[in-house]
Amino acid sequence: MLRVEHISKTFNPGTINEKKALDRLSLHLMPGEFVTVIGGNGAGKSTMLNAIAGTWPVDEGRIAIDGVDVTALPDFKRAPYIGRVFQDPMLGTAPDMWLEENLALALRRGKPRGLKWGISKAEREQYREKLAALGLGLEDRMTTKVGLLSGGQRQAITLLMAALQKPKLLLLDEHTAALDPATAAKVLELSDRIVTENNLTALMITHNMTDAIKHGSRLIMMNQGKIILDIAGEEKRHLTKKDLLDRFAALAGVQEETDSVLLS
Amino acid sequence: MLAYFASLNPAALLRACPGGIAQGLIWGVMALGVYWTFRILDFADLSVDGSFATGGAVSIMLILNGWNPELSLLVALASGLVAGFVTGILHTKLGIPAILAGILTQISLYSINLNIMGKANQAINVNQTTLRITSNALLLWRTIGIMAAFCVLLPALLYCYLGTETGCAFRATGNNAAMSRAQGINTDRMKIVGLALSNGLVALSGGMLAQYQGFADVNMGRGAIVIGLAAVIIGEVLGELIVGKRMNYYLRLLFTVIGGIIYYLVYVFVLWLKFPANDMKLLTAIVVAIFLAVPYLQQKRKNSFRHAGALAKREGGEG
Repeated sequence: MLRVEHISKTFNPGTINEKKALDRLSLHLMPGEFVTVIGGNGAGKSTMLNAIAGTWPVDEGRIAIDGVDVTALPDFKRAPYIGRVFQDPMLGTAPDMWLEENLALALRRGKPRGLKWGISKAEREQYREKLAALGLGLEDRMTTKVGLLSGGQRQAITLLMAALQKPKLLLLDEHTAALDPATAAKVLELSDRIVTENNLTALMITHNMTDAIKHGSRLIMMNQGKIILDIAGEEKRHLTKKDLLDRFAALAGVQEETDSVLLS
Repeated sequence: MLAYFASLNPAALLRACPGGIAQGLIWGVMALGVYWTFRILDFADLSVDGSFATGGAVSIMLILNGWNPELSLLVALASGLVAGFVTGILHTKLGIPAILAGILTQISLYSINLNIMGKANQAINVNQTTLRITSNALLLWRTIGIMAAFCVLLPALLYCYLGTETGCAFRATGNNAAMSRAQGINTDRMKIVGLALSNGLVALSGGMLAQYQGFADVNMGRGAIVIGLAAVIIGEVLGELIVGKRMNYYLRLLFTVIGGIIYYLVYVFVLWLKFPANDMKLLTAIVVAIFLAVPYLQQKRKNSFRHAGALAKREGGEG
């Protein structure tokens, strides 16, 4: 479903702030795979997601989604294939627009927009049902400005929006990091449900090792712009936090006491 | 003091009001253009000072060349579309900051406007042509009627656009560009289209004003952005007072036009008080600055370090 081949990205090349964020990274995702991504700060996790989403062009390498080479396409042209949820709950929705207007924007993700009405009656019913299924009481607040809702509610809405028009690939960039633990758990559970129900292919970055182990069908660990560990199937199911730390220490050649700092 | 009040003539004020309303309606169209970029796109576009005069210059020159006045307004609108398009390209494709992109277009339009007119101003014979928008006293009420009808219909048209798929994409672009791009919206294109449309409206208004006053002047757009902002802000304050929470985009746009009318009635009133006309721009700027600052200061008063410090001191004293 996703083929990332040897992509590299260097920020601020030729300056004192030069930073090689991605180093000939390759990643292949099969349809329906749910991959969790872990790694320390600056390992290149978000950079990889931004490269796939097309926030900026890569320096080298090739990215294809479902057989379509998207390397030359900017983010808004990749939107037909990709659903995104950002780390910052403010980023995923238009705060001054109504909830139903936000959903209507998402339903038309990657489709040509004309002079038809921006939202139809039939759609509203669909939105009401989907919002009711979230169990947050949002179905009665469809004409509320999204900016008035809480961070957790907004992330739940962004998740719903990302899946409203079934994407080939769902990108979750530490989408629970800005939430309190209870809300984060709820949003994670919702993410699981949406991925499973729609049989989505997904990449989820997390800072939480326990979450990375518990969720998804495959786990990758990144360090210095590369994937250094890739665990799937039976092995992933039996993985423990200690296994991960040990293997990270061995692979990255880092002392164990610093691991907990990197991978708390 | 007494002599001053005695010199004020209430009948003169009453006579000046219809003219104020007509000009207010014309500037209301301009204010709609400012609302379009400043409020919806979150873009303070300074090119309007230039495109306003461009609209006037184009319209007057075409009428002098025997064109139908209404047709000349269509061309004026088109000239504004081009001006806004240029600002949009400067900002999105060439990476020039919004304010500077607007200033560059504005200053280049100054030369372009002089070239269009051949000199700093051009006049038409108000009585010769078949003008529908005119300050001719006999036709003033008809002018007001035509402008009023236009100012009710235009917001309706714009409102319909904002409700369409592209219109929603346009609003989303101004509200959250990152999210818009994630939804597949070409935000650069939306900004260019929005700026073009806004400047089109402004140039149309400039053409209308030139026909109304019977001449176009290369400086007629100086400070137009501030007058537009004044109308937007007056409209918002008034709308908040009258409609409050039931506000929708049609009413917002309508109140923007009403803001333009009120601005011009105040203008007429202040002139009637024998306030020097040369100081009007200063007065307008002060009023706009105050209205833009009030919401900020209100917020600040409730949420300031001084307030927190005073509170802490008082509690400390009690304990």
